[in-house]
Amino acid sequence: MSEFKMPSLGADMESAVLMEWLVKEGDPIQKGQIIAEVETSKGVIEIEVFEDGVVEKLLVEPETECTVGTPLALIRSEGSAKKEPSAKTVSTPEVKVSAPKTEAKPVQIQKKEPAPEVRIKASPAARRKAQELGVDLNTLAPEVGTIQLKDLDTLTQDLDKGPSIDGMRQAIAKAMSRSNAEIPHYYLSVSINMTPALAWLGELNSKRSIKERILPAALLIRAVVLALAEVPELNGFWQNDNHLISKAINPGIAIALRKGGLITPALLDAQEMNLDTTMQSLDDLITRTRANKLRGSEITQQSVTITNLGDLGVERVYGVIYPPQVAIVGLGRIIDAPWAEGDALTVRKVMQATLSGDHRATDGRIGALFLDKLNQLLQRPQELL
Amino acid sequence: MTKDQIRQSIIKEIIQVAPDIEEGEIISDENIQRSLEIDSFDFLKILTALYTQLGVEVPETDYAKVDTLEHMAAYFLQRIEDLN
Repeated sequence: MSEFKMPSLGADMESAVLMEWLVKEGDPIQKGQIIAEVETSKGVIEIEVFEDGVVEKLLVEPETECTVGTPLALIRSEGSAKKEPSAKTVSTPEVKVSAPKTEAKPVQIQKKEPAPEVRIKASPAARRKAQELGVDLNTLAPEVGTIQLKDLDTLTQDLDKGPSIDGMRQAIAKAMSRSNAEIPHYYLSVSINMTPALAWLGELNSKRSIKERILPAALLIRAVVLALAEVPELNGFWQNDNHLISKAINPGIAIALRKGGLITPALLDAQEMNLDTTMQSLDDLITRTRANKLRGSEITQQSVTITNLGDLGVERVYGVIYPPQVAIVGLGRIIDAPWAEGDALTVRKVMQATLSGDHRATDGRIGALFLDKLNQLLQRPQELL
Repeated sequence: MTKDQIRQSIIKEIIQVAPDIEEGEIISDENIQRSLEIDSFDFLKILTALYTQLGVEVPETDYAKVDTLEHMAAYFLQRIEDLN
């Protein structure tokens, strides 16, 4: 018999609200199965079990706020008793093909002049609680995004003061302050000639239907993953004064939300993907991030971060490492730039790739080795298939 | 199909892919990706949806011709006429 506990869904998380059980007592469950939904500052997250067994007892009622480590359910193990999960044994959820577009949320908030019938975005728990309190959600500031249960107290107290704490902002603030205070960063950058890779990709896409096109972002992430496989020191953690290298390459992909905020969900086990599956998984991950449908493992298992600000026109990005990770790779915008080849000066598509490394875990030599591998891989794009 | 109908289809697909965008924010002659913060994944989704609806695939080499709502509507109109 083992206890299924409220997982820590991020270093900054102290508690979360158990929203809903997706299983009932007596149900058989499998490792990797999503058994509950919890609400955190990052939105509603689906949480998975790490073993096969049977749900013996549910210990916590829905809509209860639980601190990290609170036993939520008792699981009767089947067969051999397994130990607590480690990063390696965490199940790999199967990649689901991207959700149909009809799943896009039909509810829209009118920002300018909210009509009375406009439905304010709020979690089910917050909605129920508001009803109990007799509070009209429409009178609460909708600018803060989705109203969550724990926002409700603050919001109802500060009705006159307007919008209050944004949970995600606070979570980012905590993690980044800790990073800057604790991690001695070093920064490296390299100019990469992207002409061969883009020409190759253009050729590949011209032979494919629009539904099977590969975006440069997927090619770049694939290249970063392969480079990390060759320089594994950057893929891991600094914990208790120890440098731990992760076997699985789970890059957290920085995804900006249009309404503000940023989430870096993990592309789990990217080392086992090829170019096509990298593209499909990325597309699926972005869609689910925007639809608030991430799984617990995806917001906790990141072993490195990749930030690609190229879409916004930034040429170079020196990232802040997300602890306990030890590196963040930054990919800038691809621009036409002068490029010397032999004696000739030409114009090429050029991208600045940067690396911020944790100097406690690695030295600049390792970072330089990584950027060199990345550059080499992008000069031979056919090997990225 | 008229240009205006095509324009409406494009607006519908943009909002489908990015539900937090309002119709009024889509300005005819502004760059769709930059002005609406549509990333390359969303842009491809919009083009894929339009392909399903209008039967026209935009090759990557033609992306410069579909940068604004106005240009995109004109491009699809032309391609649809070429088909017939």
